[in-house]
Amino acid sequence: MSQEIEPVADLGLDEAIKKLTPEQIEKTVNAVLDNECAARLQVYMDTCVRCGLCAEACHTYLSRDKDPNFAPVSKVRNTIWELVKRKGKVDAAFVRKMAVTAFTECGACRRCSMYCPFGIDIAYEIMTVRRICAKLGVVPQYLQDTTNSHSATNNQMWVQQDEWIDTLQWQEEEALGEIPTARIPLEKEGAEIMYSVIAPEPKILAQLIGNIAIIMRVAGLDWTMPATDGWDNSNMAMYSGDFEIMSRVERLHWETAARLKVKKIVMGECGHAFRGAVYDGPRYLGWQFPPIKMVHAIEFYYDLISSGRIKIKEKFKEKVTLQDPCNTVRGRGLGDKLRYVINATCEDFVEMTPNQEHNYCCAAGGGIINCGPPWKRDRMISNRVKAEQIAGTGADIVITPCHNCHSGIEDIIGHYKLGKHVKFISEILMQTMEIPDELRG
Amino acid sequence: MYEFSRGPLVWIAFAVFFGGGLYRIISTIMKAKKDKVVWPYMRWKYSLRSIFHWIVPFGSKNMRMRPAFTIFSFAFHICLLCVPLFTLGHILLIEESWGIGWWTLPGGLSTLMTFIVVLGGILFGLRRIADPTVRLVTSAGDFVLLCIVLAPFITGLLASFQAFDYQTIIILHMWSGAIWLCIVPFTRIVHMIMFPLTRGYMGCEFGFVRSARDW
Repeated sequence: MSQEIEPVADLGLDEAIKKLTPEQIEKTVNAVLDNECAARLQVYMDTCVRCGLCAEACHTYLSRDKDPNFAPVSKVRNTIWELVKRKGKVDAAFVRKMAVTAFTECGACRRCSMYCPFGIDIAYEIMTVRRICAKLGVVPQYLQDTTNSHSATNNQMWVQQDEWIDTLQWQEEEALGEIPTARIPLEKEGAEIMYSVIAPEPKILAQLIGNIAIIMRVAGLDWTMPATDGWDNSNMAMYSGDFEIMSRVERLHWETAARLKVKKIVMGECGHAFRGAVYDGPRYLGWQFPPIKMVHAIEFYYDLISSGRIKIKEKFKEKVTLQDPCNTVRGRGLGDKLRYVINATCEDFVEMTPNQEHNYCCAAGGGIINCGPPWKRDRMISNRVKAEQIAGTGADIVITPCHNCHSGIEDIIGHYKLGKHVKFISEILMQTMEIPDELRG
Repeated sequence: MYEFSRGPLVWIAFAVFFGGGLYRIISTIMKAKKDKVVWPYMRWKYSLRSIFHWIVPFGSKNMRMRPAFTIFSFAFHICLLCVPLFTLGHILLIEESWGIGWWTLPGGLSTLMTFIVVLGGILFGLRRIADPTVRLVTSAGDFVLLCIVLAPFITGLLASFQAFDYQTIIILHMWSGAIWLCIVPFTRIVHMIMFPLTRGYMGCEFGFVRSARDW
């Protein structure tokens, strides 16, 4: 079983397992295995030849000196295989251990599926473990809190509607300082674009919303943001295993876009939000594909720059490197467009190794960083390879179009004292984009 | 005993192998059709693209990262599939029974390839002990399985060298081959049947749905 250096205290796990009974565990495990897992789990378990070729794919395994307990195959062996083998007859201590493995040692980045000769979706198996944990109520406390917030407020960070509108108006004022005609149009029916963000933007990174108001004005786009719930595209319930709340959040997001009769949704620089909105959400709701086109910030900026709607005045000078997020590069193939944007805006760009689909996970996404401060130390230990990878580039700035990558890498830079900074593309654009004089007023 | 091994046993083995294999394929496809998030995303182009990259030596990054393992793994699997299908002795028996035959491996090459299978199997076994990750996920059953896989090749070699009592060895060879075929659909050797299905599905999840590569 996974080896914690010192056991981390987490109320969401420690208190929750005290209430579990063996019957309840057995019933819950079998309910998920029988009713929610169709062909895939069984086929994956039968087909896995225990070759261990997935091990080298995992940042946790590599960072923890190749401790075999952290290889992807070991993580499923220690969790879901045991559940199937013992038909759910496991004790509460086992449930706690499998929760630690599933929530804090795997980010569901799917890199291991690219190293498995059979293409076994190990992340899916881990997500099934999380699903069982969620149904048992054994979820790290901080992560569960975000799910509770989704449930109560439809956003991840307990943002109330008045705070939301107030923040948008505040950021509109900030944008006005730059361009007097910049606006954040609320509730504009029939607009071309609905712009949606993740809740940490209004809560702690509001300037990013001001930035987008300026970018939209320079590009001359017809856009809007909802004044009601449904503005948050993030989805931590997807990662806590509470798929009912996950689908409710996604449905509201799509219904809000439908109510505003927009042509497409453009979303900010976040990876998991894209995954939730485009893949997991629609599938759970029974839609093969999303009902309205969803454009990720990478693609959006690529379109704006390649079509000449925004022009680069002067490229960013400092040496930059790039963190490819799993959910938009491995999860959408946007790696080349991302490089186009970086090369168009930055003078000195150096790749990390490995990169593109093969980049290492940030170890923050997939709900790991949302497990909160108790797990930060383990998260840092689990991603030493990322620190080495970043240090190897010699860059001063790490650009990443993903909130989870951004926060995770900032933590890694601090912990391993790398002395670098992390930026979103929109921050680079704000420094390099040409704002025509006639707009400055 | 020889007559039984030469006759009915072959039919039983083929019936279990093909019947069981077909059952596994059909039942998996049926379940995949029920699993709403699998079937609607399957596309031939992306399935075949992914399978191609993983069936060609050094076609994927993981294979390039470990060249020695890739060479020995491909050599093992290719020899393991080719030797039974193209060994002179096998084809002669088939020709005698059904009147059809096909190209055969030269005797020396056939022996060499069988040695490669046996050596490869032993290396796979040693790797299970030597590599800490593989050791952790290995159980006794994996070694039993490996012995069953190698048995027809070892007895085949003994038979070709006329070692020990030929009649006994050839019967052991036929029985171990029959057991080999019979357990394919029901043990982890099923990976030879499942490979195109799991790989093909992941190829579509990456290629068709996510416009990304999975090799």
